[in-house]
Amino acid sequence: MTFGVIVFPGSNRDHDAAYAVGKILGQKVDLIWHDSASLGSVDAVILPGGFAYGDYLRCGAIAKFSPVMMAVRKFAAGGGLVLGICNGFQILVEAGLLPGALIRNRGLRFICRNVQLRPGTTNSPFTCAASKEKTYRVPIAHGEGCYFADQRTLDELEAEDRVAFRYVENPNGSLRDIAGILNRERNVMGMMPHPEDATEPLMGSCDGLVVFQSMLTTAVRA
Amino acid sequence: MSAALITPDLIAQHQLTPQEYEKIVALLGREPSYTELGIFSVMWSEHCSYKSSRLHLKKLPTSGNRVVQGPGENAGVIDIGEGYVIAFKIESHNHPSFIEPFQGAATGVGGILRDIFTMGARPVAVLDSLRFGRLDDPVTGVRNRRILQGVVAGIAHYGNCFGVPTVGGECLFESCYDGNPLVNVFALGVCRKQEVCYARAAGVGNPVIYVGARTGRDGIHGASMASAEFTEESKQKRPNVQVGDPFLEKLLLEACLEAMQTGAIVGIQDMGAAGLTCSTCEMGSRGEVGIEIELDRVPQRETGMMPYEIMLSESQERMLLVAEQGREEEVFRVFRRWGLEAVEIGVVTGDGKLRVKQHGDVVAEIPNRELADGAPLYDRPHTQPLRRAPLEPPPLPDPAVQQALRRSLPRAISAGSRGSGNSTIIWCAAARWPGRARKPPSSGLRKPALRWPYRSMATGATAISLPGVGPCWRWPNRAAMFPRWVRCRWPPPTA
Repeated sequence: MTFGVIVFPGSNRDHDAAYAVGKILGQKVDLIWHDSASLGSVDAVILPGGFAYGDYLRCGAIAKFSPVMMAVRKFAAGGGLVLGICNGFQILVEAGLLPGALIRNRGLRFICRNVQLRPGTTNSPFTCAASKEKTYRVPIAHGEGCYFADQRTLDELEAEDRVAFRYVENPNGSLRDIAGILNRERNVMGMMPHPEDATEPLMGSCDGLVVFQSMLTTAVRA
Repeated sequence: MSAALITPDLIAQHQLTPQEYEKIVALLGREPSYTELGIFSVMWSEHCSYKSSRLHLKKLPTSGNRVVQGPGENAGVIDIGEGYVIAFKIESHNHPSFIEPFQGAATGVGGILRDIFTMGARPVAVLDSLRFGRLDDPVTGVRNRRILQGVVAGIAHYGNCFGVPTVGGECLFESCYDGNPLVNVFALGVCRKQEVCYARAAGVGNPVIYVGARTGRDGIHGASMASAEFTEESKQKRPNVQVGDPFLEKLLLEACLEAMQTGAIVGIQDMGAAGLTCSTCEMGSRGEVGIEIELDRVPQRETGMMPYEIMLSESQERMLLVAEQGREEEVFRVFRRWGLEAVEIGVVTGDGKLRVKQHGDVVAEIPNRELADGAPLYDRPHTQPLRRAPLEPPPLPDPAVQQALRRSLPRAISAGSRGSGNSTIIWCAAARWPGRARKPPSSGLRKPALRWPYRSMATGATAISLPGVGPCWRWPNRAAMFPRWVRCRWPPPTA
């Protein structure tokens, strides 16, 4: 399976994501430059964390106009797997690929620590290898990670089983403890925690691997 | 104004003594121009020349079989074996942080990170050593809290955007730091031994290239300000504090490391204190060559800037590099790819002089060596401290921790593995925050025969003693990523 990791100017977890799927899972990884109009032949795309284009104006607001995002939209519309982590989640939301918004943490402070996550659903290509009975220990590092949406959208997300991960203890004030969500077609996921930074014992946790393993399982099955 | 009359008043304003001015005149063999006076004043400020501390710093040991680079470069480099070296440096940003806490601390982090990647090493960790006045002081408490909050936010902001974790630090509160907080930032980077780059100009005829942000009027005389006494007036000097842009610096990091891979770069130095002045004359001085630059070609943020302003500006996120003649295009291509401005602004010459031109006229001409290293040295009056620093070396981490660190380092480079800023400092600060109950730190660790530092086999946590806080647990998280300190209790918590 080939993973594409998008490199925006200002991405700073791009190598971490590439390391997780390339070195730990042993899959092929392509780093895709932000101004390329095509993704090449990849089976899944990861939008990594960081500060794409400096995140001036609003997180992800500039990145959504980059040439590579046109290709990502097309890829997602064709059913390809798209995973947005942290800044990647913010970009997907800005680009309209996922509903809602990410606003300043409720405490108005940058938070960087490990949190416990519980899968909201296992019926998705990103969580199919997970278990709802278990909690997963994954780090967060963000200043604007409070998930926000109107009542109807939130109800819809829950009714359609599209909440991928929930915080066990809500660190940032996200509505209904949401840490990650899926789109309606279930092939696009955004999450604020960093599964790519919890992939081997040295990092303190391997729990993040479950996301990438799920993607791998889905691709093999397909 | 470049023809401004040099009066004793003007000399005093530049914080030069009459004797120092005489030395300048003797050195040049003539009266300096206004621009030259400005250049001398920053290069011979305490901040750049260490004229009062150099005598004492020279007494420190600086050589050894693992020392790849001692003092005299942007950062020290130590061989850690297996083909890898680490570059690290600590620097203070006290004065700017007092005047404008957020930007002062942020640019302190930015400056030290630039020093590290200038050596060709990818920064992987930041530490902070902070000192503030008492937060509960009825008079100065409000200001001290504002400074603390600004400094912590500035460090977190810059580190997070740039993508380098703040892995720890220390923080103390004493009333002697009321009007003079200390903000010391340490950064460490890793690279292969053969990839170390130096800040030396060489090769007559080689182009001198300017990269990064445009030059503005910010930070002029930042270095001299940082060397001056502190007064209430200092607050008026806010424009002397630079403003940081971590995003631009992140691009600079990636582009510089990539440009170094081309092999077309002869020498590289960041523009920190004293900006263009310091980088040109120091690179020339180290390589024992001259450098000639044309100010018209320097990218400028504002119009109508005088040579004095361009040379002394401390605008952030700028680098100066010398490339191999004929291979400029390789370097330009890399910077263009990262959307950065790279301009050839001058050339390396053989006469050992820093020559600055504007509109074709020479506005400053000073011998590099004397400018960079010729500042008068002073042996100021000093006394023995009341409390002597302990001379025993700190205990080494236990072998298991050492081994884990060894394993993680090569990975940190190959994967470019980076985390993000962290909350360690905030935690330390919180522990000392007045009003918060502090249990005596001895309340834990009652299990028999604990050796320091102790490591719990069950959870992998290491117990260490944190200055000012007491015994704490540290979690062996990812090596270069937010270790968390948790107040000691037994057994170690598992979360």
